Amino acid sequence: MLSFLQYLISGLSLGSIYAIIALGYTMVYGIAKMLNFAHGDFIMIGSYVIFTVVTTLSGGSIPGLLVAIVCCTLIGVTTERIAYRPLRGAASPLAVLITAIGVSYFLENLALLVFGSDTKSFTPVVSWSGLVLADGKLRIQGVTIITIIVSIVILIALQTFVNKTREGQAMLAVAQDKGAATLMGINVNRTISITFAIGSALAAVAGALLCSAYPSLTPYTGAMPGIKAFVAAVLGGIGSIPGAMIGGLCLGIVEILSKTYISSQLSDAIVFGILIIVLLVRPTGILGKNIQEKV
Amino acid sequence: MALLEVKDLKVYYGVIQALKGISFHVDKGEIVALIGSNGAGKTTTLHTLSGLLQPRSGEILYNGKNITKVPGHKIVSMGMAQVPEGRRVFPDLTVAQNLRLGAYSRKDQAETEASFEYVYKRFPRLKERQNQAAGTLSGGEQQMLAMGRALMSHPDIILMDEPSMGLSPILVNEIFDIIREVHEDGTTVLLVEQNAKKALAIADRAYVLETGTISTEGKASDLLGDESIRKAYLGE
Repeated sequence: MLSFLQYLISGLSLGSIYAIIALGYTMVYGIAKMLNFAHGDFIMIGSYVIFTVVTTLSGGSIPGLLVAIVCCTLIGVTTERIAYRPLRGAASPLAVLITAIGVSYFLENLALLVFGSDTKSFTPVVSWSGLVLADGKLRIQGVTIITIIVSIVILIALQTFVNKTREGQAMLAVAQDKGAATLMGINVNRTISITFAIGSALAAVAGALLCSAYPSLTPYTGAMPGIKAFVAAVLGGIGSIPGAMIGGLCLGIVEILSKTYISSQLSDAIVFGILIIVLLVRPTGILGKNIQEKV
Repeated sequence: MALLEVKDLKVYYGVIQALKGISFHVDKGEIVALIGSNGAGKTTTLHTLSGLLQPRSGEILYNGKNITKVPGHKIVSMGMAQVPEGRRVFPDLTVAQNLRLGAYSRKDQAETEASFEYVYKRFPRLKERQNQAAGTLSGGEQQMLAMGRALMSHPDIILMDEPSMGLSPILVNEIFDIIREVHEDGTTVLLVEQNAKKALAIADRAYVLETGTISTEGKASDLLGDESIRKAYLGE
């Protein structure tokens, strides 16, 4: 029983990381109506920035995280400006999707060029060793607890921002109708830039937590978590902020439990199998809205 | 000086020319109707005025200032608001949130609250439903919300695109009464309508748009009596 609890908590922690990444995916999709497949690579870039500040420059974890947040925000906004915005009016939505895949390869190969292909050993951002409960039978790592808390704080902050602030309301307006939003005086380009900035800053945070829990860093570190988080966002209902959270947590728990109790080789297959089943039953995801038109 | 003056406006969708050089003006305090059949270019005209479309050539003067190149999101703060075709309320936001977005361009909180009061007084049903999602409103209520949302910016001129579309005859009368009241409160109105009879009945002047060009213009009362207009647009 205690070991089950242990695995459940690990699952929650991994799920919280997926959730933070998925929040970035889902906000960008919801507002700019595009899938930023390079989002996972923003995580990797953020992690390398932290690695550089902490290990190469001996700068400390917190400054490292702050520099990473700034770098990722700049990369996110710049990518949107030079690679995605010119294609926003393109005849096919595939144009921007393919560009995003191109950006993903570009960033991976850039990291390969700059940092090399060898695995870097990441110094965890969280130094707290954690809690030991039930006479040492239940150990919860510090990074696990911090990850879960951070994801909850981010969720609450984002929900408050979107529902209570002027800029947040502008985002929802742009998400629903860009033309009508323009008529309200909302600068659609600026709103989309802000969305990319927030999503990319979250990617830096996710990178710090991911590499603290699994401390080996390569140029491909972000790729698989990026895809898993995309699955989480779809599972929860893409475009929905609470949906990304629920999707991320479900995915993390299922992944850890199936790794433990079924097969570690099959766990990814199980995760994607669940996605297929959920989409067959509820094509819009767990919290996705039913699409209805009013005449 | 006209409040709004359009000179030789040409607009293209790719290679297709939607507006072939139209000119018209709206004076302060007028209701001007722009009538014409489907595809004549009425909505294109309003989209271009609000900066959602860029013209190939021509000029738009507002209060004597050339606003042809001003980006769309800066138009509403200059005093020109639009009630778009098909209402286009934000369906997942509440009525109150929709109205607040209407005042997005305004910085003064007290003025925004005053506009809320004005709009709720004009549309009591919106007040009753202020916490309801806009997508759950009836068509008539959505039209009122779209009008209220445009009024939240306290515009000098309001552009209305087919406000009567898809509404029952009783609601159409109600909407036209509201347009008249909004005008009496001091707002200039540029009204685009397929319901030419209703539009000409409340307008001071009117322009008839035919496949991208203005074919007829004049006093609304004269056009109502014009034989060819009656045949083409009033179904007589």
